Amino acid sequence: MSAGRYAMVVDTRLCVACKACVLACKAENNLAEGYCRDWLVEEVHGEFPKLRAENRSERCNHCSEAPCVDACPTGASHIAGGGVVLVTPDKCTGCKACMAACPYDARYLTPEGFVDKCTFCLHRVQRGEQPACVTVCPTRTLHFGDLDDPTSEVARLLVDRKWKVNHPESGAHPNVYFLV
Amino acid sequence: MEPVEIDVGRHNPGVDPGLELWGWEIPVYLFLGGIVAGLMVVPALLELRGRKPEGAGLRMAPWLAAVLLSLGMGALFLDLGHKLYVWRFYLAFRPTSPMSWGSWILLLVYPVLVLQGLGTAGEHGRRFLRTLAGPLSGLVDRLTALADGWRRPVLTASVVLGAGLGVYTGLLLGTTPARMLWNSALLGPLFLTSGLSAGAALLLLLPLTTEERHAVARFDMGAMGTELVLLKLYLTGLATGGEPQRIAASTLLGGEWAPQFWALVVFAGLGAPLALDAAELRRHRPFTRLAPVLVLVGGFSLRAVLVAAGQDVSFALVP
Amino acid sequence: MDLNRRQFLLTSSAAAGAVGVGSGLTTRFWGLDGDPVHDPATDGDKVIPTFCEMCFWKCGVLAHVKDGTVTKLVGNPDHPLAKGRLCPRGTGGTGLLYDPDRLKKPLIRKGERGEQRFEEVSWEEALDRVAAKLKEVKEKHGAESLALFNHGYGASFFKTLVAAYGSPSVGAPSYAQCRGSRDVAFQLTYGAPVGSPEYLDIENSRVLTLIGSHLGENMHNTQVQEFAAMIEKGGELVVVDPRFSTAAGKARYWLPIKPGTDMALLLAWMHVIVKEGRYNKAFVEANTVGFEQLAAHLADKTPEWAWARTSIAPELIVETARFIAGAAPASLVHPGRHTSWNGDDTQRGRAIAILNALLGSWGAAGGFFLPSKLKVPPTALPPMPKPERKAPDTPRGAVFPFMDEGLAHGLRDASIPGTAEFDIKAWFVYGSNLIQSLPNPEKTIEAIQHLDFFVAVDVLPAEITGWADVVLPECTYLERWDDLAITPWKEPFVSVRQEVVPPMFDSKPGWWIAKELGKRLGLADYFPWESAETMVKARLEAGKYDVAAMLRTGVAGGKRAAVTTEEGATAVYGTPSGKIELFSQQMADAGLAPMPEYTPPEAPAADQFHLLFGRSPVHTFGRTTNNRFLSEIYAENEVWLNTRVAREQGFKTGDKVILVNQDGKKSAAIKVKVTQRIRPDCVYMVHGYGHTDKRLGFAAGRGADDTQLVSRVKIDAAMGGTGMNVNFVRLERAGEAA
Repeated sequence: MSAGRYAMVVDTRLCVACKACVLACKAENNLAEGYCRDWLVEEVHGEFPKLRAENRSERCNHCSEAPCVDACPTGASHIAGGGVVLVTPDKCTGCKACMAACPYDARYLTPEGFVDKCTFCLHRVQRGEQPACVTVCPTRTLHFGDLDDPTSEVARLLVDRKWKVNHPESGAHPNVYFLV
Repeated sequence: MEPVEIDVGRHNPGVDPGLELWGWEIPVYLFLGGIVAGLMVVPALLELRGRKPEGAGLRMAPWLAAVLLSLGMGALFLDLGHKLYVWRFYLAFRPTSPMSWGSWILLLVYPVLVLQGLGTAGEHGRRFLRTLAGPLSGLVDRLTALADGWRRPVLTASVVLGAGLGVYTGLLLGTTPARMLWNSALLGPLFLTSGLSAGAALLLLLPLTTEERHAVARFDMGAMGTELVLLKLYLTGLATGGEPQRIAASTLLGGEWAPQFWALVVFAGLGAPLALDAAELRRHRPFTRLAPVLVLVGGFSLRAVLVAAGQDVSFALVP
Repeated sequence: MDLNRRQFLLTSSAAAGAVGVGSGLTTRFWGLDGDPVHDPATDGDKVIPTFCEMCFWKCGVLAHVKDGTVTKLVGNPDHPLAKGRLCPRGTGGTGLLYDPDRLKKPLIRKGERGEQRFEEVSWEEALDRVAAKLKEVKEKHGAESLALFNHGYGASFFKTLVAAYGSPSVGAPSYAQCRGSRDVAFQLTYGAPVGSPEYLDIENSRVLTLIGSHLGENMHNTQVQEFAAMIEKGGELVVVDPRFSTAAGKARYWLPIKPGTDMALLLAWMHVIVKEGRYNKAFVEANTVGFEQLAAHLADKTPEWAWARTSIAPELIVETARFIAGAAPASLVHPGRHTSWNGDDTQRGRAIAILNALLGSWGAAGGFFLPSKLKVPPTALPPMPKPERKAPDTPRGAVFPFMDEGLAHGLRDASIPGTAEFDIKAWFVYGSNLIQSLPNPEKTIEAIQHLDFFVAVDVLPAEITGWADVVLPECTYLERWDDLAITPWKEPFVSVRQEVVPPMFDSKPGWWIAKELGKRLGLADYFPWESAETMVKARLEAGKYDVAAMLRTGVAGGKRAAVTTEEGATAVYGTPSGKIELFSQQMADAGLAPMPEYTPPEAPAADQFHLLFGRSPVHTFGRTTNNRFLSEIYAENEVWLNTRVAREQGFKTGDKVILVNQDGKKSAAIKVKVTQRIRPDCVYMVHGYGHTDKRLGFAAGRGADDTQLVSRVKIDAAMGGTGMNVNFVRLERAGEAA
């Protein structure tokens, strides 16, 4: 297993919620019609005409304390290299305990019956490529890298910029960060 | 408060717009699991306290439990998305996963039920079992000897495993930090007590001696009383928790699921049978089947309502 | 395995750990413990570069092909418009390629027009029919009475065909219904085009001002890339839009202007900038004519004057004017793209052009760059016949002095007998669903009834092909070669479109259809090549390009050129004065206002709203709404309604309504989206929905089509464009039956 802690950093200032990331993921991972592993949350706060907006490209947070992995009775959900949370289809019974456990509703049951979710495109990352959503993003909103490497782009962004994570109170220590 | 518009561009079947993880199968499974817990614990406790089973009801209990447990596991199986991979439960033990604990507990329950059943069976019963076993009658004899010889350990195992099973049915939901309605340490004890009372109620519908009936009914009242207290604590915990917990509590107390919760769980399932039982025991009113039936209705409703309502409230809905 | 990562209520961790290790051994013993990283294996065994046609921007795409199937489309890193990235539609090209509803066989109409009864025929029969009919039309009515309506890059072969046939009657809705007024305005002011893709150096802008442009929802890839790069570099946005667009959500200033009054704001901004001396004096001095007249013209266009018209507070107008001027010359006021709004659109375009001149953004980094273009010799063709008559695309007697392309709606109108100089008798429609792209669809349908012949070439069925006499199924851009795309840009380049997979069904590439028709019409000399592939290769060879490398990378050129005056590029103003014309003598001579004037818009009645329409980032109007892949993201449009108004009128999100316009025209039922993001006097919807053609298996019956509500237009006096944002609607609750 390679060391490191993979993370994604999402620059909400740049994101235009075009959903290119969603479609690139679907194409790269050949997902069934009607399913997605990443998605856009568009939030608008305030009352006309005093409004402010935030767009977030969201996906599995690959939590450091992943409740889904804890909930899995068979070991199908597991922590793979770089802290990436994966599901091994051949071990999954489709019991959905992990889906109940996930604070982010990032998992779904495939038409074949096993649970699936974002893999951080680990198959690409292991070849030295970036995840499909990162490479397609026209606004360069998405950054991916190893947080354990202080010289990585993601590590530097988290030092230089203000950021937040979704629902830190979940206690799961999510690894998708949102620059604000 | 400042208005917020949230557009979540995710439409995964079974997840959006609201989670639809579990339908009827899981409440049925949790309910039957709870009853089985009751059927294991109640007769074993009575016997450990020196009351040898006399009525057919107590003798039947372990066998009935095995049947109900199988039905429950059947329901659980039906819920699986990847049914052909069900054996995967038994190639791993994951100590952090209640589902894993549960699947192993279920496996341990059967032999204990058999030993318990053999130990409780009368002469007629044993003869019947030997006939049933046919060429394996020798095995029945040996197991019967074992069950008789190890009576106390078997009874103790029955209590411990039954309690474990009961608690587990609650923990299955209770260890999901993402679902505010479920995420409570009290759900284990709550489902245990509810299971014990449901098991006791089922016994009350079976042939028992009057003494047994009184003992079981007293036990049932105790369980229900405890359950009521736990339920109150659970709801108070939610209502005085953070914003997400308050939202969760309000779905039960005054929201979408309030009618079912108040009518079926609290009134029909707890209040009414408590009153009826009290009337029967203290004022020596004749025994009716109404109270136990209500307890069973309430027990199932508790699980059905919690499973359904709990899926409605997750982090994602709370900005 | 890391067992004790988390303390649980449940566990007595010591015991649990022991069993856990045991279980690990169990599964390992069975050899079933592997957790291989699953590779979805969508990388192609061939990767073929081409360029996209999901919109008209023409980004470079790498098509991954595996076992003859296109598995995915990704951005070409060598392509200056894509820079390795794609918008959602670009990725969604496979959804078009594999659309089950595609036109599969040539069709000949049976029964009445519009009944949509067709017979599948062979190409031979269909092409013979088309050729015979076109000959007949030429003999009876003259070649000029054939109109070509087109949209898209594949039209080039049909433009050649129709020109060779002898007709000048060519129009695309992308002109008079979209960007034409803007192009004319910049041509009038600078004597130079703004281009498509527009020559905008957005990434270096310090302030970008958007007048109704909704970048981010309008997903032109390069522009959105630069838009984000600009924000990343600390650039700021001023967004003028009645709707809180995605771009408005990122803006320093959002001005929710009253629709139709942008001109007043632009004039007031210029008033402030000129009065306070904040304009780029050196630039104006050196490059413009008419500043004195402009200053005088602006004298009374005060912020207070504009306030009453735009509803934007005068202090805010002053503040934003200073903000915009403060960043000059790297302050870009976006020229817009779809600008046919109110009928005074050329004048508004002029106001934007003039404001940019005051900022000195033309030729500046962060402004309009001065594009560089590569040369590739064209295919030598015989001279085209000279038509005897001009295209009848304007009403009889009408003159639009600065119209420089054909008017698609004008050709449509000329098909109604006796209204133009002569009648259009036959239509050749390529890739343009005129029912949804021309205002007043009832008139389009009426015009069709008068035609002698109507042939449509398209990839998908659409309302328009349902009315045709012959429908020729073209293959998609992924299944064909097309002519080279030579794009003037910062990094001038040539891109190639090559066949990624062979045509599916019985569809054919446009070049083949045009060439075959040419043969049958005696015009074979205009198609002096074997195929588009040989034509493209011959052109590249003639231009001394490395053909093999070009086909491998998809792009030639792409090296940064000098495109700003700072870098040494020279701005050439092709105006009569040779300068930027703040005061336009040309316009004065044509009887038009030489400097932009404010025309007050009509006001809606008390129960009516301004009808606004725009785009979704995942769709290119109605062309993609049947694309199941893209429609997973956005399947159906909604009508946006202000929250307060919705509360007052009792509408909730999800309620179904019908929009009724000032002329009683009704839309299909559409869901309400209640939002704070829009002015109370406006409603907004995404264009391209409400398909009625049942052959569009997915899109038919989803949402509503705004075009049905555009029964009124205001004609641009300068170039004949149709201002379409002049319609008002009220909301009617859709009955159960609706």
